[in-house]
Amino acid sequence: MTDTTTTMSTIRKKSFLGSLMARFYGNNFLLIITIVLFAGMYITGSVIFSNKNFGTLNSFFDMLNSNSALIVLAAGMTMVLISGGIDISVGAQMAMYCMMFAYFIEKQHVNAYTMIVVVLITGVVFGLIQGVLVAYFDIQPFIVTLAGLFLARGLTAMISPETISIQDPNFQSLVSMKLRFPFGGYYNSVGDYQQPFVYLHVVLALLILIALYVMMTWTKFGRSIYAVGGNQQSARLMGLNVRRTKLMVYVLNGFLAAFAGFLFCLFSPAGAVEKAPAYEMYAIAAAVIGGAMFTGGVGNVLGSLFGVLVQATIIKFVNFTGTLSNGWPEFIRAAIMSFFIILQAVFTWVRKQRE
Amino acid sequence: MNHPLIQMRSITKNFPGVLALDQVDFTLKPGEIHALMGENGAGKSTLIKVLTGAEEFETGQILLGENPEPIINTSPEQAQQRGISTVYQEVNLCPNLSVAENLFVGRQPKRLSMIHWAEMNRRSRAIMDRIGVDIDVEKPLEVYSLAVQQMVAIGRAIDISEDVLILDEPTSSLNESEVATLFDLMRKLRDEGMGIIFITHFLEQVYEVCDKITVLRNGGLVGEYLIETMPRKDLVAAMLGRSFDDLAAIEGESHAVKEEGMPVISARSVGVRGGVKPFDFNVFEGEVVGLAGLLGSGRTEVARAIYGADNPNSGTLEVKGKRVRHNPLSSMRAGMGFCPESRKHEGCVQDLSVRENIILAEQTKRGVFRLMSASEQEKIAKQYVDLLQIKTASLDTPISQLSGGNQQKVILARWLATHPDFLILDEPTRGIDVGTKAEIQRLCVELAGQGMSILFISSEIDEMLRTCSRIGIMRDLHKVGEASGDQLSSSTIMSMIAGGESDE
Repeated sequence: MTDTTTTMSTIRKKSFLGSLMARFYGNNFLLIITIVLFAGMYITGSVIFSNKNFGTLNSFFDMLNSNSALIVLAAGMTMVLISGGIDISVGAQMAMYCMMFAYFIEKQHVNAYTMIVVVLITGVVFGLIQGVLVAYFDIQPFIVTLAGLFLARGLTAMISPETISIQDPNFQSLVSMKLRFPFGGYYNSVGDYQQPFVYLHVVLALLILIALYVMMTWTKFGRSIYAVGGNQQSARLMGLNVRRTKLMVYVLNGFLAAFAGFLFCLFSPAGAVEKAPAYEMYAIAAAVIGGAMFTGGVGNVLGSLFGVLVQATIIKFVNFTGTLSNGWPEFIRAAIMSFFIILQAVFTWVRKQRE
Repeated sequence: MNHPLIQMRSITKNFPGVLALDQVDFTLKPGEIHALMGENGAGKSTLIKVLTGAEEFETGQILLGENPEPIINTSPEQAQQRGISTVYQEVNLCPNLSVAENLFVGRQPKRLSMIHWAEMNRRSRAIMDRIGVDIDVEKPLEVYSLAVQQMVAIGRAIDISEDVLILDEPTSSLNESEVATLFDLMRKLRDEGMGIIFITHFLEQVYEVCDKITVLRNGGLVGEYLIETMPRKDLVAAMLGRSFDDLAAIEGESHAVKEEGMPVISARSVGVRGGVKPFDFNVFEGEVVGLAGLLGSGRTEVARAIYGADNPNSGTLEVKGKRVRHNPLSSMRAGMGFCPESRKHEGCVQDLSVRENIILAEQTKRGVFRLMSASEQEKIAKQYVDLLQIKTASLDTPISQLSGGNQQKVILARWLATHPDFLILDEPTRGIDVGTKAEIQRLCVELAGQGMSILFISSEIDEMLRTCSRIGIMRDLHKVGEASGDQLSSSTIMSMIAGGESDE
């Protein structure tokens, strides 16, 4: 018998690209680029707009305060993309849940807390239906969730075609709940102290994000999602229940959409038919910028937070400049998306070359 | 006691219309590497699928170890729990997960109901140590070579199942040193008392690593042999189902050898990484040249390398003295045609009509912007339907409604319509009726008479003897020789295919 280890060392010889890849591997590689990009944009903004408080903690928290729902949607979208699927119904679902809150609390006088439970259960059921169609009927997730999108928008209009704002005191008390920070504030031009704060919905969104990260990293279910997204056939042969894993992904994403709906309602307490337009697309953009790949198996839910922050920074830039038209955020978003898509293509190409 | 690990007795299995396994016995003992050999359709895969529960069987018994109760596995997972694991040709792992995760997916060690990564990595290192592979288990699987990935698959298999390891063509995508490493590991596991079932097309490898051989043919058991008592050519004869004496009786008519002038195709040390080893090959004008060899010996690979369907990484290829680029369109423009082996997947466009299928290659050659007129299409299609006597209701009948033999003729017509100087026919007669077979063979000889050169690949040696004036011999991805003139007899070719030992 020849010496196994010496033969092995010849096998293990890797190309230069290979060792480079191993060092900055996959999820982390794309995530690091996103974080660097965000930091670069933010620091640039702070320098350019130093006289307008761009770099203050208050200003940073503003981005979180207006994007809590998107953080949850993007984290859920990342999970779905990692599993190899997609869910484009979440924005419409979110609008529907806002409308449910508004209509049932204001017009039917249902208790606000009861409604939270009702909405979350509705989300689970919505996800369950989509999940069954995707996982057990093998229908393309894009088609299933496209139908879901139309259904949710339709139902929203059927509940009430008019905008209803929520005045309910219980709900309003949740809306105004804040977590104040004892430091990092500043004095504005008339000399008033501006204390930085985040709303309750931001705290909830970050808790959800952390819970999802823990689930994706330390639970069998989370790792199964990565395995299914990596190679469905292999996952099945390794004894994983692929169908059930996919079903659970959509069920959980339905729950997350409902939760995001609740957060969005806290941010903007009203129900309206055209609420949260294209939010599913912003969520996909955030997931992709955060390092998730449409081919499945690659991504990091924490990355989606940075995906959201990058997009929020773009909007902030445009707002601070004041003279740019509304087309600019979309334009820059497109540019950054293109950058990441090309990056992913290069990344995939390098990986192919290694084979 | 050396009690068998597995005893399969009189296993019978029917697929619709085909007897896939007919009263097959198979016995695996601990501490042996047992080769399962046979040509396509012999029943090797079916036998393994029956054993691992991927397929059901009708009659027969499977006994495990000393348990007198016969068992039936209902799924590969169940077989795994009973100690039987399979590692397939393609690595069935997740490239995006770390090596350690791949070893433990679905059965991760836990602490406080959370995955215990440190423990998982520690145990993974122990597994990789056991099989003698020194790698960082925390890196994603995809950064490692296919060979290492295969080792990881084996590591997972033997960690779950201690008794039986089934290796289904594990070496087809490995290079020589990687194969050597794999064999070292197989010997090590054998010495630890595992039973290993090894399926491969490579004769050399069987003789290098195996202790026993079971040969199947057409769903039936031919026999179980000890490696020492089974010379190579007897093994080939057993697989192909002829004895050498029978074969000597059938001699082909001799064809004139036409090796003169400039070759139409001239390949010099053309080789494909991970595929066929560098080979030289000349084809002259008006010649039908055959390629013989067992399944997986590299016949198709030679054809694909010449046509540019696979990208060779060494050697030069000249068509009529001019070098051509390696891609199908250049080859087509240089006058080549290629009828691939799998009619269904690489040949017919199932949804298109007979007419559209026939003009497809010619249209591609002309380019998308010079569309052939309807009447021209009609004319060409009609000409070949008549010439080849293709039985079809009309020119606009979808090809999927035609019989296999007629589909094959349509594909042939497609290439004839491009007026190739050189036509590659890979298994043109597989699965079609005897009459059509004879027609296609006759057509080849006729076309050669008109000056066309043809490369004819077939599993049936008799068929090649009837049509070819020269036959290249493939073994284990090497072109090992050529037979022409007096050497054109079944027995000579069979012993060249078997190789290794001289004629007795």
